Amino acid sequence: MTILRIPTPLRAYTNGQSDVTVSGANISEALADLTTQHPTIKPHLFNESGELRPFVNLFVGEDNIKDLDGVKTPIKDGDKIMLIPSIAGG
Amino acid sequence: MLNITKEALAAINANGEQAYPDEGAGFLIGADGKVEKALPLPNAREGAARHNRFLITPEDYLKAELTADNLGLSLIGVFHSHPDCPNVPSEYDREWAQPFFSYIITRVDHAKAVNSRSWKLQEDRSKFDEEEIKILGDPR
Repeated sequence: MTILRIPTPLRAYTNGQSDVTVSGANISEALADLTTQHPTIKPHLFNESGELRPFVNLFVGEDNIKDLDGVKTPIKDGDKIMLIPSIAGG
Repeated sequence: MLNITKEALAAINANGEQAYPDEGAGFLIGADGKVEKALPLPNAREGAARHNRFLITPEDYLKAELTADNLGLSLIGVFHSHPDCPNVPSEYDREWAQPFFSYIITRVDHAKAVNSRSWKLQEDRSKFDEEEIKILGDPR
């Protein structure tokens, strides 16, 4: 089991929880578990094609998964995953 | 409706004017629909892109969340400026918006903040709705 940290604007979809316990062998499986537990968060993480929205950043410890193996990045018990939005606009 | 202190709104205006002709941006910190503090942050876009785009990095996001926690408050929105442009959200703003956040956009013409409007993303992400801004301490 792994702790997934939820950013403030998305906590409305996790019953106000800032930390959600998820299971899975990699980031993709952990996100699948998150969206199974809390289905209404899914449209804010994935676009209509099922791809992660561009503002979604995921860190395992201090490492951005973009610098690792993306959503295939393996995770193990005790890891802490942080979901952090890039805040952008124009 | 979004309530905001005069001091927080003044900080937003000052940030937009200082950043001109680039976009300035930062977080709204508060609770229960009331902005207590505006926290300006660096625009991480590069070069000319800063004129019509802003980016707050994940690292600065984490710092802001910690700042809000330490004040016993939360991040409740984002502010940014539109230099010499109407203060309505762009399609790019919508694509990158977070649910439940208030988005204050300040029009800055020729380095002078003109006015601010606030917007919230609909839950289906299809568009923004405008919300009234009430300035606390303003006699109007």
